[in-house]
Amino acid sequence: MSPFASVPGFVEQKESFGETTVVVDRERLVEAAEHARDELGFNFFVDMTPTDYLGWGSRGVAGYWGSPPPSSTRGWEPAQRDINTPFPGSQGLPRMPEPKPKRFSVSYHLLALEQPPRRLRLKVWADEGEPVPSVVSVWPAADWFEREAWDMMGITIEGHPNLVRIIMDEDWEGHPLRKDYPLGGEPVRFSDED
Amino acid sequence: MAVVAKPAGVLATGARPYEGTKIPSPIPTVLQVDEELRESGDILEINFGPNHPSTHGVLRLVVELNGERVVGIKPMIGYLHTGFEKNMEAKTWWKAITYAPRIDYLAFQHNELVFVLAIEKLLELETPPKAVWMRTLLCELNRLHSHLVWLGTGSLEMGAISMFWYCFRERESILDLFELVAGFRMHTRYFQTGGLAEDVPVGFYAECQSFADAMPARIDEYEAMLDGQKIFLERTQGIGHLSAADAIAMGQSGPILRASGVDWDLRKRQPYLAYDQLDFDVPTRPTGDTYDRFKVRLLEMRESVRIIQQCLDGMPDGPWISDDRKVVLPPRHELHTSMESLIHHFKIVTEGYRVPEGEVYVPIESPRGEMGCYVVSDGGPRPWRVHFRAPSFVALQGTAMFVRDTLIADMIAILASLDPVMGEVDR
Repeated sequence: MSPFASVPGFVEQKESFGETTVVVDRERLVEAAEHARDELGFNFFVDMTPTDYLGWGSRGVAGYWGSPPPSSTRGWEPAQRDINTPFPGSQGLPRMPEPKPKRFSVSYHLLALEQPPRRLRLKVWADEGEPVPSVVSVWPAADWFEREAWDMMGITIEGHPNLVRIIMDEDWEGHPLRKDYPLGGEPVRFSDED
Repeated sequence: MAVVAKPAGVLATGARPYEGTKIPSPIPTVLQVDEELRESGDILEINFGPNHPSTHGVLRLVVELNGERVVGIKPMIGYLHTGFEKNMEAKTWWKAITYAPRIDYLAFQHNELVFVLAIEKLLELETPPKAVWMRTLLCELNRLHSHLVWLGTGSLEMGAISMFWYCFRERESILDLFELVAGFRMHTRYFQTGGLAEDVPVGFYAECQSFADAMPARIDEYEAMLDGQKIFLERTQGIGHLSAADAIAMGQSGPILRASGVDWDLRKRQPYLAYDQLDFDVPTRPTGDTYDRFKVRLLEMRESVRIIQQCLDGMPDGPWISDDRKVVLPPRHELHTSMESLIHHFKIVTEGYRVPEGEVYVPIESPRGEMGCYVVSDGGPRPWRVHFRAPSFVALQGTAMFVRDTLIADMIAILASLDPVMGEVDR
């Protein structure tokens, strides 16, 4: 029984590299945040950061793909694959990365100011266009972080009091930290256009 | 606005009780002018920055004044956005280390450290003791460097021009030390995954020792010039108050949090490097005004000198980098004799090493507060996502809270006491 099972909207708990991640239901995030602050003592909002997993597991690095598992005839099938089986990549990659449930993850790093300090990563998953509730009412420190998540990654924050771009210009198009946003270059208008 | 309860057991003795929140509502980072006041038609809106000598770079503030009093303020950032996080995704792990120091260009060594620590955490790589101690030493030198630049420019903003020259004199000696050890004055890229990029050069310890001997007297000079000066005291004491509960609610960290009476320093609370074997104090101040934020940093500089001295005394000998050949470049001379080493060298330089899949968040105490690095790896040779939790970003988030109902001249002093570095704010 996980000690975090009482968190509203609890989905799963993961331990890796000595860090605790609690995944919660996106729609019940504010309840979960209030629970974490008031019941679990995570009174310090450290950081919030979205991650774009578009193309996760298929990055075009030499030898990275390797060959698909012998059991599969149609290529990589997340549902059929046992991720713990060593995967024979041509460059010795031990295994394919664990598939992600949705395109974006939003991680909230929390801290309990006490001795010894406790840290928690609260995480929600969202697909393109799915709004993530704002936690500004729980931790005012989330204000700029949520604006940055909207600006750089295009995560719609629902209920934010001032959701405007923060780093890019107001009239900027696109969200630069997305994986489908190019690293460099600028749009070129050709002479045969109108 | 919900305010977070006070933490138990970390308030320094003598801390003032919490006295109501200064955080604006409904937007915590924007102070809006009262509608009745605006109707009266006496509000002057001025644009402050982004190019202004006292904005530490390119911070822009849209300030609304009622006489000399700040009644509305909207901080705007993004003028120094350089896309570090996006660029690092396109580089191999070991090439991305070069980007990290440029994020907070005054605390370059700390940025480098936090990223390298994150890689090492994913790799579960052990660092030899000499590298650990040398990293500690360089980080404390860097903390002194950062505080010196802040002290010099911060007092300059209040008209204390001579401070600037004195601080930059010592800053030069620190940069000379960095040049001696790494070949670069700033952005050294001296921390390598697994340890240090090169061995410590001959003569470094002696140079560093003479610096550590000279520094306490210099800090006395700074204190004599500022702490005993009536103009400085009147401009800083009693303005820009921040209560402990407000500081925690707005996520403030580092000297700002400690100046508000919260005894919180990650070097003590969550020790990394060799900090758990070192003897140093964490200075805190009770009131949370601008003077306290100056004072905390001045006291911290003394502690940094103490740590540097202990690092010099206790510096272990031995290898300076791990010998894991899958991650660490082989020594140059081996390339001429060992085929195996040549292959490792080729693979690491061309393709980069692979870092196991996973996500980690590594926090350290930078001169400005909690510097965190969140890294996601898909198991490949390049990071999937790198994100830096920048303490200056959070500090500037509180601008509206800090300068609420102060005079515009005090706003400059308060901003200086926050010590923002725009490179880190905009990343």
